[in-house]
Amino acid sequence: MSEAAALKRTPLFDTHHAHKARMVNFGGWEMPVQYRGIIEEHQEVRNAVGIFDVSHMGEIVVRGPEALQLVNFVTTNNAAKLQSGQAHYSGLLYETGCFVDDILVHKVSETEYFLCVNASNQDKDFAHITSHNRFDCEVENAGPRYAQIAVQGPLSPKVVNRVTKDDISLLRYYWFTETEAAGFPARVAHTGYTGEDGFELYVAPKHAGPLWQALLAAGAGSGIAPCGLGARNTLRLEAGMALYGHEIDASITPLEAGLAWIVKFDKGDFVGRAALEAQRSAGVKRRLTGFEMTERGIGRDGYEVRIDGEAAGWVTSGGPSPTLNKNIGLCYLPAAAAESGRPIEIVIRDRPVAAVTVPTPFYKRPK
Amino acid sequence: MSTYPDNYRYTKEHEWVSVEGDTATVGITFHAQKELGDIVYVDLPKPGLKLSPGDTFGSVESVKAVSDIYSPVGGEIVGANPALADAPDTLNSDPHGEAWLVKIRLASPGEVDLLMSAEEYQAYIGS
Repeated sequence: MSEAAALKRTPLFDTHHAHKARMVNFGGWEMPVQYRGIIEEHQEVRNAVGIFDVSHMGEIVVRGPEALQLVNFVTTNNAAKLQSGQAHYSGLLYETGCFVDDILVHKVSETEYFLCVNASNQDKDFAHITSHNRFDCEVENAGPRYAQIAVQGPLSPKVVNRVTKDDISLLRYYWFTETEAAGFPARVAHTGYTGEDGFELYVAPKHAGPLWQALLAAGAGSGIAPCGLGARNTLRLEAGMALYGHEIDASITPLEAGLAWIVKFDKGDFVGRAALEAQRSAGVKRRLTGFEMTERGIGRDGYEVRIDGEAAGWVTSGGPSPTLNKNIGLCYLPAAAAESGRPIEIVIRDRPVAAVTVPTPFYKRPK
Repeated sequence: MSTYPDNYRYTKEHEWVSVEGDTATVGITFHAQKELGDIVYVDLPKPGLKLSPGDTFGSVESVKAVSDIYSPVGGEIVGANPALADAPDTLNSDPHGEAWLVKIRLASPGEVDLLMSAEEYQAYIGS
């Protein structure tokens, strides 16, 4: 119990207990991994709508006359292209070109950017960004000021619109708006981590409980149900989205991780640029690749991947796909071997089991 | 809540054992499947495998994790449940019945008496 006592809790902790959630330690936070069952929760998000407490996620605010210059210097995507109210996915890199973290950058105004970062990386990211701040702006570690609730699934626009003051049905994907949700000031972003349509709502921690209840009430007719981090993981894996600590970390570059699209070499200097340019001209040696098992078995995080009987790479994430009813995963392979359709073997408890490389995402939502 | 049959024996690793003659049927308990969550894969041995008590003979995988299964008794595998390959979720719906894992011909049938009774097991898991 003493270990549990040291874990951080979100403002919705008591709510999770009332929902009979199973709680786990996730990056130092005591978080719900499931309520009714991961597969059931996964399918609710794919077919209707689910609600997630993601208040463990970190927030960092950069504000001041040169906020854009700092954001663009520490991230890989081009924040100068964002309009106020628009967001994008980006990378924070070391000089080595490898990941500090993957983040969402929201442009609030010409002088304010709001970054959503991974929970376990919040302090590291803050220190990293601050260490590069030679610009006329300040950096705030704003995690304690925010709770975050994700509403995801094809029915999410209908549910969220019932609680927001402004009509969010016209909000384009990867745009956000400052409005009220259940009567509380809220930043409502048309973003998500499930491969499904969805929204992420940022509110003050004291408003998280009432907002959660209001969303449950608004979604009652749509079959809304609380979903845990277990389903969040199977959903993001089907969508081929990276998870820090698995697909990306301090030894992996965006070019290796299939994230060249968030690296904008034409925007000017940024931390990690030189290393990425060198890697690009030398040729990327390994690439993240999707696979599915062709024999019985589940390839999981850390398992060895073999080609022609030789060790060739490792699995970064793997598990059952409830939507596709297959066992899928992501792995690193030598770039020359990373095209789809290649037979590989995943070593499961000392036994090589057949799999084949496939394109990602595994699942793409119907338009 | 599920009932724990009085004629089964139970282990601290959350397996159950039912003995008929010199053959034990082994499965995982209701409590075990509940802790694991949705079970999506079961790996079981072929007949002929000889086991000592405590040996690993297979694994049960949920969406998130792999759990080894330990033999509660010594003996030889004489059968594995063929239905679980295509329907591993039976372990969630009927862990004490239809979803038995293996049958073991006991090396020493008296060994089973050392395991917990239904009452002792329920006290052990605090239900």
